[in-house]
Amino acid sequence: MLSIERWVRVISQYRTVPGADVPVVLSRSGPHGPVIHCAGPTAQARGILAGARVVDVQAIHPDLHVEAAEIDGDEALLQRLVHWSRRWCPWSVQDDDDGLLLDVTGATHLFGGEVAMLRDISQRFAMQGLTARVALAPTRGAAQAFARFGPFNTIATKDDLALRLAPLPVTALRLDDQTARLLHRLGLKTVGALADVPRVALMRRFANMPTDRNPLILLDRAMGKTTEPLNAPPDPLQFIARSRLAEPVLDPVPHLKGLAEKLCQDLAEAEKGARQLQLTIYRIDGEWRRVRIATARASRDAAHIVRLFDGKLDSIDPGFGFDLLTLEASQVEPVSRVQERLDGKRDTNADVAGLLDRLTARFGQDKVVWPAWSETHKPERVEQRVPALQGTPSAAPVLTRERPIRILKPAEEVSVLYAVPEGPPSQFRWRRVVYQTARYAGPERIAPEWWLDRPGTRLRDYYKIEVRDGHRFWLYREGLVNDGRGGAPRWFLHGFFA
Amino acid sequence: MGIESSYGQIVRLPKRVSAPPVASTQPEGPVALTDVLPAQPFDPAATGFILASLPDNDSPVLWIQDHMSGRENGHLYVASLRGFGVNRAILQVQVSHPRDVLWAMEEGAACAGISAVVGEIHGAPPVLDFTATKRLAMRAEVSGVAVFLIRSADPGGLSAARERWRIGTRPSQPHPHDSKAPSLPQWDVELFRARGRSPGRWVAHYDPAAQRATDRFRLVSHAFDRALGQSDQPVSHRSGG
Repeated sequence: MLSIERWVRVISQYRTVPGADVPVVLSRSGPHGPVIHCAGPTAQARGILAGARVVDVQAIHPDLHVEAAEIDGDEALLQRLVHWSRRWCPWSVQDDDDGLLLDVTGATHLFGGEVAMLRDISQRFAMQGLTARVALAPTRGAAQAFARFGPFNTIATKDDLALRLAPLPVTALRLDDQTARLLHRLGLKTVGALADVPRVALMRRFANMPTDRNPLILLDRAMGKTTEPLNAPPDPLQFIARSRLAEPVLDPVPHLKGLAEKLCQDLAEAEKGARQLQLTIYRIDGEWRRVRIATARASRDAAHIVRLFDGKLDSIDPGFGFDLLTLEASQVEPVSRVQERLDGKRDTNADVAGLLDRLTARFGQDKVVWPAWSETHKPERVEQRVPALQGTPSAAPVLTRERPIRILKPAEEVSVLYAVPEGPPSQFRWRRVVYQTARYAGPERIAPEWWLDRPGTRLRDYYKIEVRDGHRFWLYREGLVNDGRGGAPRWFLHGFFA
Repeated sequence: MGIESSYGQIVRLPKRVSAPPVASTQPEGPVALTDVLPAQPFDPAATGFILASLPDNDSPVLWIQDHMSGRENGHLYVASLRGFGVNRAILQVQVSHPRDVLWAMEEGAACAGISAVVGEIHGAPPVLDFTATKRLAMRAEVSGVAVFLIRSADPGGLSAARERWRIGTRPSQPHPHDSKAPSLPQWDVELFRARGRSPGRWVAHYDPAAQRATDRFRLVSHAFDRALGQSDQPVSHRSGG
């Protein structure tokens, strides 16, 4: 249900959600075409189950509304919920792909008892538009079994645990399909039936089964006979420096240095460096404004960080003033405090990284670039550009033919005189100047790339032409006479040789 | 210089004859700022000359171009540089205004981690004045980074550059196998203002296929009708700025 509820929440911002009578399903790709990932309430009421093939279901229900599931998004939401749910207890962990497990030992009294706590959890999830099936049990295995298969808001205690677990199906123990089918075949359909079988028989039957699938071990865990501790992921570290001001001010610059120093101190203690930073001002009229910077390599140098904000704070609109400003490292990377070099010299790579930061902070990411290469025949496509903050310099490919040192983007059309239409020009006019060919090399034919170019793109014949006063140009004729792809071929000047 | 002789008279010793200037691109110390003026705005010989005289190390080169020079003179085609004998990372910066070129060049000149800074400015804008070049030259002197400034379509205004070159193109060398085809490039290079060395005018040969980087680029004296034994003095038919 998590996927479909999240889908409704996202989609309602863009367009109208389908009506209550339309069965909605989310699909994901399966081995033999799309399968249903999650079915909406209407679809579930009609008996559509997750895992069925979309085409089959569509044949039965022609009015089925199919949408693509976004599994990564669901995963990210669940990860966030894991940390959000620590409002009730210090330990929480993700359970399967649609559940949360909370260890509320010793925390229930803070919310007015177990019943009140379950009600609070349901209400707070409902406020987010999510339906939560909650259950409380002494063991982890039992809790997830009650939440998935038991009645609503089950609260099991140690004494009635076995009694309440008994009517649940064996799949509630998180068995895999094969084992569940085997138990069904043996006639063990409920947890109670499984528990009644003598232990020795189960032990012998499932002796060489791995721990996480062994029915006996799973049963013991659910009953509390063996332990199953919760391995909760640590809270993400937040690096944020705040500065609360006694009265509103208009200029953030004087406070920036202190903030940066405080943040860098925190970063140094955690042996981290910031890759992305954001300065936020909270204005007295309730608005906030934010400035972001990025660095080429993780940094915790306060002076450097302050310098990157140079000129960026002029554009920030303080309104009638602000009384709180925060500097947050939104992306951090580990930076150890070890010495990098033994010869006592400066690390020149760090200098270059600092230069990249300053250039990028001033001109923007797409203006400061390293060249990147792609395998193509078209000269203007060989060179790509990657933002210097994200990419690294790579070695240029070895070109088999001589290429010009400078290139015009785009190529400029020239008018030419030629002796034969297939040959080089004897004279051409570029930017209102006439050049006479003295020597030439070529042609070098570059055919259109049919896998990239549009149909009808013409081939190019490139000539290296040296004119009377010594300049060496790179000209090409686009197409051939009577190639059936347009009229007379046109000529272009594409580059200059040194 | 004078010494006192035994007769109480002061005798003047003859002046020491200065050695004729050596035709080399590398002067004694590191060159702080080099102005390169292409003979014609689009002339790629200036680009070739700078690439040929980059310092010999593996650090990246910062190449800054303003919008006008990109449109008028084309962009550097980095893919071809390996064939040109230059095999190092080039960090390109595209800016719209010459003011930003100068700012980025100053930042680059202060950074010891890069080997050279090349800036391209088209059309002698007012911001490119003597003060701007002086700032660049002093920054570069402190850090030891070679800084080159391509001033295309520039009549050659005031500059604090330690060396000022005017680079033109000459017809290429004859092709060994094809008399109709162009071959290795030749440039007409003129050093018309320099600190610490004599100006001169040379023909530059460039051979990207040479094994050692120092063998690729060489200057030979201009062949002119003149008396024998004369050294490479600036040629009188052009006046330098």
